Amino acid sequence: LCQPSYKMPSHQLLLQLMKRPSQLLQASRGLSAAAAGGTRTVTLIPGDGIGPEISNSVKKIFAAAKVPIAWDEVDVTPVKGPDGQFRIPQKAIDSVNKHGIGLKGPLATPVGKGHRSLNLALRKEFNLYANVRPCRSLEGYPTPYKNVDLVTIRENTEGEYSGIEHIIVDGVVQSIKLITETASRRVAKFAFEFALREGRRKVTAVHKANIMRLSDGLFLKCCREEAHKHPGVEFAEAYLDTVCLNMVQDPTQFDVLVMPNLYGDILSDLCAGLVGGLGVTPSGNIGESGAIFESVHGTAPDIAGKDLANPTALLLSGVMMLRHMQLGEFADRIEKACLDSIGDGRARTKDLGGGATCSQFTDTICSRVA
Amino acid sequence: RSATSVGAIRFACYQARSFCSGGGGLSAAAATATESAGSSGASLQHADQGVEAGGILNAAKYGGRHHVSLIPGDGIGPELMDSVKTIVNVAGSPIDFEEIPLSAERGTDEDMRRAILSIKRNGVGLKGNLETFEGMTSKNVQLRTKLDLFAYVQRCKSIEGVPSRYSDIDILVIRENTEGEYSQLEHFNVPGVVESFKIITEAKSRQIAKFAFDTAIKTRRHRVTAVHKANIMKLSDGLFLDVCRDVARDYPSIEFNDVIVDNCCMQLVARPQQFDIMVLPNLYGNIIGNIAAGLVGGPGVAAGMNIGRKYAVFEAGTRNSGRSIRGKNIANPSALLLTTADMLEYLGDAEDAKKLRNAVLTVLRSGIRTPDLGGSSNTKEVVDAVVQYLLQVRGH
Repeated sequence: LCQPSYKMPSHQLLLQLMKRPSQLLQASRGLSAAAAGGTRTVTLIPGDGIGPEISNSVKKIFAAAKVPIAWDEVDVTPVKGPDGQFRIPQKAIDSVNKHGIGLKGPLATPVGKGHRSLNLALRKEFNLYANVRPCRSLEGYPTPYKNVDLVTIRENTEGEYSGIEHIIVDGVVQSIKLITETASRRVAKFAFEFALREGRRKVTAVHKANIMRLSDGLFLKCCREEAHKHPGVEFAEAYLDTVCLNMVQDPTQFDVLVMPNLYGDILSDLCAGLVGGLGVTPSGNIGESGAIFESVHGTAPDIAGKDLANPTALLLSGVMMLRHMQLGEFADRIEKACLDSIGDGRARTKDLGGGATCSQFTDTICSRVA
Repeated sequence: RSATSVGAIRFACYQARSFCSGGGGLSAAAATATESAGSSGASLQHADQGVEAGGILNAAKYGGRHHVSLIPGDGIGPELMDSVKTIVNVAGSPIDFEEIPLSAERGTDEDMRRAILSIKRNGVGLKGNLETFEGMTSKNVQLRTKLDLFAYVQRCKSIEGVPSRYSDIDILVIRENTEGEYSQLEHFNVPGVVESFKIITEAKSRQIAKFAFDTAIKTRRHRVTAVHKANIMKLSDGLFLDVCRDVARDYPSIEFNDVIVDNCCMQLVARPQQFDIMVLPNLYGNIIGNIAAGLVGGPGVAAGMNIGRKYAVFEAGTRNSGRSIRGKNIANPSALLLTTADMLEYLGDAEDAKKLRNAVLTVLRSGIRTPDLGGSSNTKEVVDAVVQYLLQVRGH
C-alpha cells in the first residue's frame, strides 16, 4: 500500500497497519511527505463575508508556527453548468479529492432558485458522515458554565434531514426520518475510535428510543454493538431530554456524545452556547474519502472587510485539522497561543469584549507561537 | 400573575374548544377572544370561584369534593404520590383521589382502558411517569393521545432560594402534545433501514397556536415565539410556522416572532430572559421544555400540565420516572406538589392552591432541600416541613 522512503520505527508501522486503509493511505501520505521534509497540501476554502480575512489570519499564524502545510485555495461559489444546474466548480472538488483535507470558512447562503445548500452539496460530495464539535470552556472568556469539556459527534447524512417530506392530503404533512444500520454503525464506530484516539473515557449515546422505538432503537443497537468491540471506553445511554436537562445544570458530567442527525444539530448548538457561541466553536466533518474542518458561524457581512472579525473559530478548526493530520505538536502550540491571547484581556477582539482588531489579535498569537 | 395563570390557561382551553367546534371559524374565535379580553378581570374572578362558572369543564365534584384520578406510575412516583396525599389531607383540600393501578409492569390494554375511563369520568388526573421498556409503546403517549390532551404547558419561573445560574426567568412553554414526532408510526423499509414518520397537521397546529395566543391574552403576557426548523423541514415545520403566523394576525396586541430551534437553544443558555411564551411542535417542545426546566432548578421543581378540551392531567414537568433514586428517600417532592397546586387552581380552589404553593416555596426558600438542589435533607424532611407550615397556617 505504501512504500515509505525512509525507515519508519516498527511500532509506528504496526500502528499504521492496524488502521483502516483510507486512514493508512492518508497517514502514509502525510508521514512520507512530512518525513521527506516536504509539506502537506490542504485545500483552503476562504468563504464569503469575513471568510477571506479570517483565512488570512489562519495562514499567517500557521506560517509563524512553521507548520509544514501548503494551502490550495479554492472558491466554491456555485457555477452554472452546461445543463443549467448550479454546481460546485470542478476545480474545488478535484482539490479536496486530491488532498483529502480541507479547511473552510463561512459560506453565504445563495438566494434564489437552483442553488442547493452548499454545505449539503459538500457533505454529499465527500460523504462526510460524522460532524465533530468539541466544546471546551475558554479560560479568559468566562460564561456561567465552567470546566466544560465535551465533544458532540453527530451523524451527518441521514435521520430527520433526509429531506423526504410529502403533503398527504391538504393540511397534513408527513416528514420521514430515515435511520439505517450502515450509517449508525459507521458513526458509532467513529465515535469510539475518536474517544480512544483522543484519550476520552466515556461515550454516551443520546436517543429517544422510548418514543421512536424502531429508528432510535436501531441507532442504539449499533452503538451497543460498537461499545462491545471497544471495551476500553465506557459506554452509557441517555434520553435526549434528560441530557438537555442535565446539560444546562451540570455540563461537566458529559464527555463524548454520539447521536443521530437532528438531536446532534440541536445539542451541538446548545453546547456551543454553553462555552460562548458559534464565534469560538471549531467543527470537523469526517468522511470516508476526506475531512473538512470549518467554522460554523455566519459570514457577518456587516463587519466584513473592517478588520473586526474574530478568527478563533476557524483557527481552532485548523487546530482540529492538525490533530487529525497527526501534527499534534503544532496543534498544541497554536491552541495554547490562541487561548492565552484570549485570556489576555487586551488582545481579545470586540465580540469577546476586547478592543483589538483582527490583525492585532492575529499578530499577538503569531508572537506567542513563534 | 402566577396565581391566576392556571385559571387563565383553563379559559384559553375553553376558547380552543369553542373554536374547534366550528363556531364560524376565525371570526367567531376572534370575537370570543376580544370579548373575553375586554372583560378579563371578570373572567379571572370566575376562575377563582370554581368550576360552576359557565359549566366549562366536566371536572367531577361529589358532595363538594373533587374526584381526581391518580396514577402513581413507576420509579419515584408511588413514594411521592404518598407525600401528595398526606399533604392534601393536612391542607384540608377537598380532593378525593381515585387510585389507578397502571404501571410499566401492569399495563394491559384493559388496564389502560380503565385508566382512560377513570380520567374521562373525573375530568382531572394526577400522574407519575410510566416507564417504557424495550418493545413497549409508551403508555404516557397513549394516555395523551387518547384523551386528546393537545397542549403541554410548563411554567418555568426562577424560584427564590433555588440555586441557578440565572434570575428573572419566566417562560411559559406551550408544546403540541399529540402529533409530530410522537406519532409512533415506524416500520422497517428493508432490513437495516427504518422509516419514522413525523406528522404535522394544520388543524392541530392551529389549535396549539390559538391556545398559545389565548393564553397570552389571559395571562397578560406580551410575546409568543414559535420555535421550528422550517429552513430544513420546509413542509412540516414550514406548515407549523405558517399557521402560527396566520393565527398571530388575529392577535395584533400580542407580539409574535419565530426562532430556529438550534439558535433558540443557544439563546436560552445565553440570555433566557428574552423569552416569554414559546409555542412548539412536540419534539422541540420536549427539548426546550427540559432546557428551560433545567435553567430554573431542574426536574425537582418543574411542574407540567397536559390540557385538552375536556380533560387535564397534571404531572411533574420533565416527566422523569426517577428509577435510579427510587426508594432512597431523596426524591424531591416539590415538582409534584407544585403541580398539585396548579391542579387545585384548575379545579377552582385558588385559595388552597395558593396555600400549598406558598408552603412549598417557603420551604425551598428556607434551605430545606433535597440533594438535587444541593441540599442535604431527604424527602421525608421536606414533606414534614411543608406539613408543619400548612398546620401553622391552618392554625390561624
